[in-house]
Amino acid sequence: MFISKFSRLGAHAIKDLVKARSITPRTSYVPAIQNSYSQALRHKSFCTTAEKVSEEGSEEKQNVSVTFVDKDGEEKNIKVPFGMSMLEAAHENDIELEGACEGSLACSTCHVIVMDVDYYNKLEDPADEENDMLDLAFGLSETSRLGCQIIAKPEINGIRLALPVATRNFAVDGYKPKPH
Amino acid sequence: MAIFGKLRWISRSFTSLPANPLRICVVGSGPAGFYTAEKILKAHKGVEVDIVDRLPTPFGLVRSGVAPDHPETKIVINQFSRVSQNDRCSFIGNVSVGSSVSLPELRQMYNALLAYGAESDRALGIPGEELGGVYAAREFVWWYNGHPDCRNLAPDLTSTDTAVILGQGNVALDAARILLRPTVELARTDITSHALDALEESSIRKVYLVGRRGPVQAACTAKELREVLGIKDVSIHVKQADLVTTPADEVEMKNNRIRRRVYELISKAASSGPSPPLPGQRELHFVFFRKPDRFLESDDRSGHVAGVHLEETTLEGDDLGKRIAVGTGIFDDISCGLVLKSIGYKSVAIDSLPFDHYKGIVPNVGGRVLSDSTGDLPQYETGLYVCGWLKRGPTGIIATNLYCAEETVASISEDIGKGVLTSNSSKPGREGLLQLLDSRNIRVVQFDDWEKIDAEEKELGNLKNKPREKLATWEELLQVASE
Repeated sequence: MFISKFSRLGAHAIKDLVKARSITPRTSYVPAIQNSYSQALRHKSFCTTAEKVSEEGSEEKQNVSVTFVDKDGEEKNIKVPFGMSMLEAAHENDIELEGACEGSLACSTCHVIVMDVDYYNKLEDPADEENDMLDLAFGLSETSRLGCQIIAKPEINGIRLALPVATRNFAVDGYKPKPH
Repeated sequence: MAIFGKLRWISRSFTSLPANPLRICVVGSGPAGFYTAEKILKAHKGVEVDIVDRLPTPFGLVRSGVAPDHPETKIVINQFSRVSQNDRCSFIGNVSVGSSVSLPELRQMYNALLAYGAESDRALGIPGEELGGVYAAREFVWWYNGHPDCRNLAPDLTSTDTAVILGQGNVALDAARILLRPTVELARTDITSHALDALEESSIRKVYLVGRRGPVQAACTAKELREVLGIKDVSIHVKQADLVTTPADEVEMKNNRIRRRVYELISKAASSGPSPPLPGQRELHFVFFRKPDRFLESDDRSGHVAGVHLEETTLEGDDLGKRIAVGTGIFDDISCGLVLKSIGYKSVAIDSLPFDHYKGIVPNVGGRVLSDSTGDLPQYETGLYVCGWLKRGPTGIIATNLYCAEETVASISEDIGKGVLTSNSSKPGREGLLQLLDSRNIRVVQFDDWEKIDAEEKELGNLKNKPREKLATWEELLQVASE
């Protein structure tokens, strides 16, 4: 029983690493894995892929504070290094943000809502390609963006991102069924 | 030999499960099936999920529907593969529910979740629909995407210069794009070689995309439209008169960002107008406010289509609901040798499954299947659920299934909580299914067998500078799977 628990931990951690690596990296990959599984496993011989980077001890501020708010209102605050996308950051921190196309601007599953319009305005305007995907996002709002296109930079320190609540209206073309 | 492998496979899945795991069989391995399986596995650590598909290859329309020149849309396969690799999940391919095993038999072995999509088509119901050269867009798409059921479709692309596509949704645009794109560009994609060969010989130079309603109602979305308007060496033709909007159109666009952006793209294309046609240039025509009345038969080639007889329409309806196209009695024709009907898919009913033939879905509430009973209170079929197109109808994108799966899994979780679904040992699950299939000489394809197919396709593709060369016949697929 114990052995199988360990193999599951290993599989889980390795899956996390594989998951993070499969996202198209827009920056240098910083393996700052925060969960306890990998910390436990760093001492174990079968986990050979986590490279300990000394950035965790560095005093220079090279990251921004980001808070994700899930559909139940639960908040999670994380540190995101400059240049990393919110999607990558979410996956590294076990935040449930889908990323079906892994950052290729071919889906809308990493849709997030920027909770403060001031922060929304600090972001660069979305390109046509992003707008095309946002068209299809569920629960689209005035301050919606794709998580894979929001890149950490000093100006957005403290940004709060809400994960959209699933709506019942599944129609892509915005067709609203007649009330009955 | 095969049985030993299967027994080993069964036993490895039980190392970390409780003694009597709840067993769920997901029928259909497309996005609906995989998103549901993923969510069930995550929400319930004591559940075992088997994903069954009638094809030897998983992933449903991600493999057989998404166009070859849209590889980024297929990246989600990575996520789905990880789900299959979960200890508590197994892919079981080459098993058709409804023929290899009946639904009642399956339900004796598992709680079942049907996510087998919509493998048939809406019919127009007009004369000439049976003529040669008239296909459902689904068949054409399956053909160029290497679905083994359409390997021998052999559409004739060399006896005509014109194709008419009925419908203006994203599938219609995909078909138009595959017919018009320079084949050197297609040669680098995972399009099947039998289709590429046919397209290289194709004499089709004009494609008409015909919609019953106007540009404001066109069912396509901005990205796909932008793409088709930008194909190299293709001139775009839109009648200025079709762009006139009514107040009702304005309301529709005001409320709907997608409609507005689609309309803007179409009107921009119309105003820039086609330059005088260059030699060898291909044409894409957007035809609005026309509904097909009948197909015209060729005089030279009996039994083959030679044109579409269209009736002009006008829109009726109020501002709030969907407006419908009504015929005006004015007709015209488009000559063509190929017609693709892209007017919607339709699900297939199977024995012992409640089915709403009008809507083409399984009657359900939140994914719980409703019984065929005629009583006052709705009765649910115990241990039977639906997700995806079979549940909602054939609309939406891959991501739509995320929310659909969430809803169905919430119903399942509620039922588990209420004790409606039992994990008693009387449901034999995978062993029962495999034994039954074995007794019927059905060779199942496991996920690592699919990986052999995957590796072979990539290797063959490598030789031709393509991401993969799909194995497009049942024989090849099953042979490689059993190596």
